[in-house]
Amino acid sequence: MLKLSNISKTFNTGTINEKLALDNLSLVLNDGDFVTVIGGNGAGKSTMLNAISGVWGLDSGSIYIDDCDVTNMPEYKRAKFLGRVFQDPMMGTAADMEIEENMSLALRRGKRRTLKWGITKAEREMFKKELEILELGLETRLNDKVGLLSGGQRQALTLLMATLQKPKLLLLDEHTAALDPKTAAKVLELSDKIIRSNNLTALMITHNMNDAIKYGNRLIMMNSGKIVFDVSGEEKQNLTKEQLVELFSAAHGGEFANDRILLS
Amino acid sequence: MNMIFNIINSMPGAVAQGLIWGIMAIGVYITYRILDFADLTVDGSMCTGGAVCVMMILAGYSVPVAMMAAVIAGMLTGLITGILHTFMGIPAILAGILTQLALYSLNLKIMGKANQALNFRNYDLAISLQYIRKFPIYQNTIFVIAIFTIVIIAVLYWFFGTESGASLRSTGANPNMSRAQGINTNFNIVLGLMISNGLVALSGALLAQYQGFADVQMGRGAIVIGLAAVIIGNALFGKIFRNFALRLLGVSLGGVIYYIVYQIVICLGLDPDLLKLLSSLIVAIFLAIPFWKKKYFSKPTKGVNSNAKAE
Repeated sequence: MLKLSNISKTFNTGTINEKLALDNLSLVLNDGDFVTVIGGNGAGKSTMLNAISGVWGLDSGSIYIDDCDVTNMPEYKRAKFLGRVFQDPMMGTAADMEIEENMSLALRRGKRRTLKWGITKAEREMFKKELEILELGLETRLNDKVGLLSGGQRQALTLLMATLQKPKLLLLDEHTAALDPKTAAKVLELSDKIIRSNNLTALMITHNMNDAIKYGNRLIMMNSGKIVFDVSGEEKQNLTKEQLVELFSAAHGGEFANDRILLS
Repeated sequence: MNMIFNIINSMPGAVAQGLIWGIMAIGVYITYRILDFADLTVDGSMCTGGAVCVMMILAGYSVPVAMMAAVIAGMLTGLITGILHTFMGIPAILAGILTQLALYSLNLKIMGKANQALNFRNYDLAISLQYIRKFPIYQNTIFVIAIFTIVIIAVLYWFFGTESGASLRSTGANPNMSRAQGINTNFNIVLGLMISNGLVALSGALLAQYQGFADVQMGRGAIVIGLAAVIIGNALFGKIFRNFALRLLGVSLGGVIYYIVYQIVICLGLDPDLLKLLSSLIVAIFLAIPFWKKKYFSKPTKGVNSNAKAE
């Protein structure tokens, strides 16, 4: 359903900071794949997600979602296929707008925005029901500004917003990394629940080896802008953390001692 | 005694001018507060509105047609700044300055000279400083401008509640999130600039009729007066006016208060040459207050990101 073929991206071309972030990367996702993505800092994980989202153009290669070539489609148009949750809880919601306003914006993803009134009564009821799933008590706070919510609540809301309009592909960019461990675990459980109940295709970046093994049906490891390890199905279920760490060090050639992945 | 009489006597004029500038300030509110775009185009588009309106009336067009033309001209100036910013990648403030400077030449060309007078006796003007006293209420200038203001607030309240208007608000509130939700942020920035400058030009058209002339200098420092009105409105009414329509009303009242204070200060004998200096100082201090509050008076809070690395 998603096809990346030989995509490359270099940042700061021609300067001393030149960095090859994506190096001829290819990846094919099948419908319903829930893929966890791991890799060291600067491996190109977020860059890959940004490439899919269309934050900037590629140097080469092409991106297909289903059979639609989105390589040169601007970010806002591509959004109709994608649900996105960012690492920074501030990024996925508008702090100065109410919870229901944020949700109504998300509900209209991929649709024409007309001069019809922004929120209908029926939608309000629907938002309440959806918010109940989060079990955070937000269903009684529809008119609160999102800025009043905690980071965890905002991430949960962003997750809900990303899936209100069922996306073809859900992109989770370390969406629990900025949360305390308890909240992170809850948001992660919630992500899993939403992905499974809607049968979504998803890419989830994580720095936590245990989570990478526990969730999803497929795991990929990245290094220097390439996919160095791709495992799915039973083989993935049987992976242990030790094996993964070993693979990780092999991929990094020992230079990974400082990486925060060791801490997890 | 004489001074107090002077002050009271000047109040109707101050209110009328304040309401006119209030419409301009509502335009500034849209860019500055909603879009988070400090748009300096307004210093030029204010005059463009006045110039187009006066020249159309002098050429024999009816006043409503002339005012419509002024609004459209103002929207075009916003379009230019929008294109400079979105399509050509020029930073917001610089894009506005470039348009503003270009408009100085254009405004001179529109008027043919630096100043064009408009005699209220020869034309059926919507408002004039001659219509402030002893006129039936529906012709009274203050009443007419108040109606304009109310209609504008009503239309904006409706628009910003629609799907399209909400997407414009979110463009200013969080452009990243907006694009992720499929909103064309560039289009919305251009649209917001057009609405804003359309209102500013309308204000210019009203001001030119009110004072009986258009002048190439009439928009100079408009952005500061607009910001002053926005800030005064927010400072005085922010706590009670939570609703969007009331906030816009607060901005308009901010303009009125600005001009009342302005008149009082003049009547008290302040050198009028110093007024712009005073306006700048006041706006600078009010803009600094939220920054100072944050820097010196906020309690240290546990940031969301503070424990990100400690997992």
